[in-house]
Amino acid sequence: MSEWVDACAVDDVEEEDLIRFDYDGKTFAIYRSPDDDFFATDGICTHEHAFLADGLVMDYIIECPKHNGRFDYRTGEAKGAPVCVDLKTYPVKVEDGRVFIDVA
Amino acid sequence: MGDILIIGAGECGVRAAFALREAGHEGGITLIGAEPHLPYERPPLSKTAPTAPKVIAEEARYAEAEIALVRGSRVASIDRAERRVRLSDGSALPYDKLLLATGARARRFPGMEAALTLRSLDDARSILDALGPGLKLAIIGGGFIGLELAATARKLGAEVTVVEAAERLMARIVPAEIAEAVAGRHRTEDVELILGTGVAEVRENSITLADGRVIEADMVVAGVGAEPETRLAAEAGLEIANGIVVDGRLATSDPHIFAAGDCCSFPLNSARVRLESWRCAQDQGAHAARAMLGCEDAYARVPWFWSDQYDLTLQVAGLPDPSLGHVRRDLGDGAFILFQQDDTGRLVFASGVGSGNAVAKDIRLAEMIIEKGIRPDPAQLKDPAVNLKTVLKGVPA
Repeated sequence: MSEWVDACAVDDVEEEDLIRFDYDGKTFAIYRSPDDDFFATDGICTHEHAFLADGLVMDYIIECPKHNGRFDYRTGEAKGAPVCVDLKTYPVKVEDGRVFIDVA
Repeated sequence: MGDILIIGAGECGVRAAFALREAGHEGGITLIGAEPHLPYERPPLSKTAPTAPKVIAEEARYAEAEIALVRGSRVASIDRAERRVRLSDGSALPYDKLLLATGARARRFPGMEAALTLRSLDDARSILDALGPGLKLAIIGGGFIGLELAATARKLGAEVTVVEAAERLMARIVPAEIAEAVAGRHRTEDVELILGTGVAEVRENSITLADGRVIEADMVVAGVGAEPETRLAAEAGLEIANGIVVDGRLATSDPHIFAAGDCCSFPLNSARVRLESWRCAQDQGAHAARAMLGCEDAYARVPWFWSDQYDLTLQVAGLPDPSLGHVRRDLGDGAFILFQQDDTGRLVFASGVGSGNAVAKDIRLAEMIIEKGIRPDPAQLKDPAVNLKTVLKGVPA
């Protein structure tokens, strides 16, 4: 089952950057890649509580602001110490200039 | 490649062990730790009251990676000629390559013998479990450990006094403006800061200051720096100079022995330094692992530190040079970053403080700008509207 949620406008996210999106008590991260695709993951690092939206996006990598844990935000894959648990990812679609994520 | 032995199961040793497997090492890996606990992260010890330690890796992961983890065991000596170490229980373990990741121990100056120190999980438990409303805690040393403990103790309701011999806090690692911002926050939280005053003597329930004043306390903790654990290396005849001396690859003068993390002194930018930092321990552990497998690269990561006090986070990239001026970037809500450029304009240091992770992104970018040797326009560093990513990528302003 899907539960598509309107997360933000396309223009709310700069290229090669991310924003935080809170919904139903959960925090998500919405990314816009250098080639203008959108992705979504859990918004909190799997190593220690930190909001990924304060972190840095370089190409397809989000780095946690706290201890530089790195993830590929397209797949959620943890890219090595200190993080060893992958980030959960969510399906994304763009319609009429809005970004929707499937939080189900 | 034969068996690799790692002495020290802190951040550095553990990272080295896993990095060896990641790099394809197929021989044995034995990781020897003196503490009985599953290897844990040290940074949280002063920042939170740890009920349970934060482990670096779950126990099953050691087995999966075929890392033999020996806990609660001390190494008595290294026999370089026979290439084996002797444990304190008399048993011997052979090695083809040996990594010393022995870390550092808390320093105590003469007169401070009665003070507690905070270095291990057991230290943290004995200090933090005792803290509570009304308890008077006196801390010697206004560095990261002392100030993080002060903040944690205030959260638990203790009354806190910090005594620092220098005229300001954190003098070794951050500029005065940042130290002043942090000092202001501690004063707001009712921490008494006594600066520019040395300690003459510590008793169990008081500190006598150099000027004769007496601070009464229920508990005295010293956070006055750490000394590298070099005994094994020194007794084995390896060169010691503020740590175990290694080359850029992190190899000692014995080609079969490497050293990494807090215990080693390594070349960086034509100087020789020893860093006590979580990130350096981790990166050097990984680097030493590759070096033991034959990689010739020199370790060249930019030093990076952080400290959490109350809701403030302080982050540092590079090493400060007191002879250089600053460019200041204000990020709003009191958060700011100070940048230092050398006489050729190259960025060499950045340090920032703010609530939450306000400075994190810019400090990370600064670290990469430093690493690349970029010479930014000071006006771009100063202007918070300029995304430092454009400086990093060389996009003209």
